[in-house]
Amino acid sequence: MANLLMRIFRGSPKEPGTFAEFEVPVEEGMVVLDALHWIQAHAAPDLAVRWNCKAAKCGSCSAEVNGRPSLTCKTRLSDFDLDEPITVEPMRAFPLVRDLVTDVSWNYEINRSIPPFQPPADTPVEEWRWQQEDIERVQEYRKCIECFLCQDVCHVLRNHEVERPFLGPRFLVRAAGLEMHPIDTADRTGYLKDDGGIGLCNITKCCTEVCPEHIKITDNAIIPLKERVADRYYDPIQMFWRRLRGDRSSAPAAAAPAASDGGDRSS
Amino acid sequence: MISAPDRHPHDVLVIGAGGAGLRAAIEVAALGASVGLVCKSLLGKAHTVMAEGGVAAALGHVDDRDSWQTHFRDTMVGGKMLNNVRMAQLHALEAPARVRELEGWGAVFDRTRDGRILQRPFGGHTHPRLAHVGDRTGLEMIRTLQDRAVAMGIAVYMEHTITHLTTNPSGVTGAFGYRRLDGDAVVFPAKAILLATGGIGKAYEVTSNSWEYSGDGQALALRAGAELIDMEFVQFHPTGMVWPPGVRGLLVTEAVRGEGGILRNSDGERFMWQYLPEDRRHEYAATDEEARTWVEASSASRQTDARRPPELSTRDNVSRAIYTEVREGRGSPHGGVFLDISYLPADHVRRKLPSMYEQFKELAGVDITAGPMEVGPTTHYVMGGIRVDAETGATTVPGLFAAGEVAGGMHGANRLGGNSLSDLLVFGQRAGAGAAARAASIADDPYMNPVQIRAAEEELEAPLSRTGGTDPYRLREQLQATMQSLVGIYRTASDLKDAIARIGDIRHLADDLCVPGGRAFNPGWNLVFELRNLIDISDAIARSALVREESRGAHSRLDFPATEKAWVDRNVVVCRDGETLVVGTSPIPPMPKDVRALAEAGGGA
Ligand SMILES: Cc1cc2nc3c(=O)[nH]c(=O)nc-3n(C[C@H](O)[C@H](O)[C@H](O)COP(=O)(O)OP(=O)(O)OC[C@H]3O[C@@H](n4cnc5c(N)ncnc54)[C@H](O)[C@@H]3O)c2cc1C
Ligand code: SF4
Ligand code: SF4
Ligand code: FES
Repeated sequence: MANLLMRIFRGSPKEPGTFAEFEVPVEEGMVVLDALHWIQAHAAPDLAVRWNCKAAKCGSCSAEVNGRPSLTCKTRLSDFDLDEPITVEPMRAFPLVRDLVTDVSWNYEINRSIPPFQPPADTPVEEWRWQQEDIERVQEYRKCIECFLCQDVCHVLRNHEVERPFLGPRFLVRAAGLEMHPIDTADRTGYLKDDGGIGLCNITKCCTEVCPEHIKITDNAIIPLKERVADRYYDPIQMFWRRLRGDRSSAPAAAAPAASDGGDRSS
Repeated sequence: MISAPDRHPHDVLVIGAGGAGLRAAIEVAALGASVGLVCKSLLGKAHTVMAEGGVAAALGHVDDRDSWQTHFRDTMVGGKMLNNVRMAQLHALEAPARVRELEGWGAVFDRTRDGRILQRPFGGHTHPRLAHVGDRTGLEMIRTLQDRAVAMGIAVYMEHTITHLTTNPSGVTGAFGYRRLDGDAVVFPAKAILLATGGIGKAYEVTSNSWEYSGDGQALALRAGAELIDMEFVQFHPTGMVWPPGVRGLLVTEAVRGEGGILRNSDGERFMWQYLPEDRRHEYAATDEEARTWVEASSASRQTDARRPPELSTRDNVSRAIYTEVREGRGSPHGGVFLDISYLPADHVRRKLPSMYEQFKELAGVDITAGPMEVGPTTHYVMGGIRVDAETGATTVPGLFAAGEVAGGMHGANRLGGNSLSDLLVFGQRAGAGAAARAASIADDPYMNPVQIRAAEEELEAPLSRTGGTDPYRLREQLQATMQSLVGIYRTASDLKDAIARIGDIRHLADDLCVPGGRAFNPGWNLVFELRNLIDISDAIARSALVREESRGAHSRLDFPATEKAWVDRNVVVCRDGETLVVGTSPIPPMPKDVRALAEAGGGA
């Protein structure tokens, strides 16, 4: 079978980065991660790559393939023109460890700041009853495999635009999952406004585009959360007039069309 | 160049952050002891995340005839009566509470019409029993436990690999390993250590398991003086993907059959009818129509008197059936058989099996709502493992505990689907409590012998300082090829002896492993230590398989095809004497009369 030229970023904070080229034999049905494994086993045993499931279930194998943030275990070689080299680089939003591996510990740290699940104290779990329709939205958020591709692509995090904390799309999705959980009692709106930095998102939807789980991050998670924050912290009559005037600049959340929000509790 | 390694002392060190390790760490923290949690990958990426079908617990939400007694009996029947009876009993009794507890911590399971946790049917389970979230139950479980652990402030050491346990004459004293990101050595002094490191699938070529499954916990335990039992029982899951080559072995969840998937050979024949064991045939549908009635009732979550389809026979049996069909020339183009769910409405299939739908569409270009999948057996799970006390998870080494897939006994000769996730919760909790109690009983701070630490450190450095030697990737390929061809679904004495000899040669070559590069995130270097464990575990499997001269559950001997009464009350046991493995048998105490009556009760009561 044909050979393919792969250009792989190699380097660490200590060594200057370069693109190493490898010729990889192509088999039918191969994905980018297969090619990386072939390189490890035959040419560069020390090539640093993260992976686990090889089935798009664990979110370990994220990298940028020809510039696009992707799960390498799900990216088929047949989607590319194999006469051209395929370039694989680490996610750019996070500090480099080595080759294709980055330091994603920041995500685990910021996650700790989210107020946890808080069920009602007076209803025992045996008595909880929810309809399937009521949880479908929450289940959508909970599909997240923590690949951090959305964090990688979000310009607020990627370009380190602000000093203020910003959860990023992944953890806004997690916060939405808690906020709209059918039985959670905590109120995270204050947290989202201040420590969560939800106002920093300006709804570019780049995160939604790269999500391998097809979570509608912006429409289904961020916008409903922004609405909750707006309802809580901004004068509703003012918001009404702004909406009428179509003035989006000062309060984009309230001005955006309300997404249908099946899993919502009335707050 | 050797500077003093970083030190992280804890009362209890939990090694492994899958379902078992997380549940254990939560228990230790809840009991007020200091706990450290170590894992080789990032948090939340352990094997548990990949579990699809569900977690078994006799909640009785879909069929109120279910009970812990029936779950217990199904588990014993599935395990061919070799299970640790007390474990099987505790498991069936406590699984419902452990599943509800997850819901209390924020898990969002699929619902019944009356708003309770929904349960789906699975192979070998008399009633619909698996609580689930579509086909991503493991993700829901690990994320819930992870969130809980984070909320409790548990110290997590991600991407750390433990390579050695240190001991003194009164038990374990700590663990030694390295941080993957920079390769630096780290020590964890601890009063109790709990192994929750999962399985061994990487000993085989075709497996549903990831690189993490190199038998680390089993090998660490052996070296610390613990015993392994039942290592001859390796589960070959009947349905792995067979094509394309890059995804060969990837799991096709049993939920496909639970939802009504039909197995056919290249003649279009529904072959499972012929492979049902005679003594269990009465539990399965007699005709296509009866099976269809059952599928319709079950997808509407309705109780029915129709019996389940033959595809829901136990895994050992379905795997042998597929293997035989393929060997006799009735296989599919890529060496499997056909699994078809496309006769059900496309919407229903996409909703019930979303990740299977995606997996086949994305990775094989197959639309499972429009046509059949090609599937074949894949190495999936190890029933055998570290011998533990049912109540506390204590191993035979003081201070060393184990839970989850790394522990043996619970599943006997064959595990039922869904019984692993419940096992993780039930015995994770119990072993966590056991380890916390042990730690509380020890007054002195643990002291790790510096001589043992230095030896461990030298072992780490060795493959990087050698010039010229064996390449670990090649050697692993050799080992995997040996296990795949000689210690697979069907075994014979001559194959097994051949395998043991080859593993011996591989062991020699492994003394001389050599890798380029440094210590910072170097997969080749990391593989050296995993390979060492894989060799020990492969050796243990092959030797145990040679000793058990009968066929039972997942262990099929062509030279001893019958299931022998004489073997039902014996475990094969492996321990270590210096550099060699010692294999023997140990008697299983007789079951109390009432328990035996329960385990052997017939019919679908
Ligand atoms: C694809 C797939 C689908 C499955 N579906 C189901 C299902 O539907 N229902 C069911 O009941 N079971 C299912 N199983 C089986 C079940 O998922 C596993 O048996 C179970 O998750 C094992 O959990 P565990 O906690 O024992 O180990 P794991 O979840 O595998 O965790 C092991 C942990 O140990 C760590 N570790 C290992 N070695 C070391 C070391 N040397 N140093 C430090 N850390 C280490 C790893 O990093 C990891 O964190 C499935 C398995 C697979 C592979
Ligand atoms: S929509 Fe918001 S969170 Fe998503 S990428 Fe754009 S700015 Fe970031
Ligand atoms: S929301 Fe989607 S893109 Fe973001 S981490 Fe989760 S799965 Fe990945
Ligand atoms: S390896 Fe798990 S998502 Fe790619």
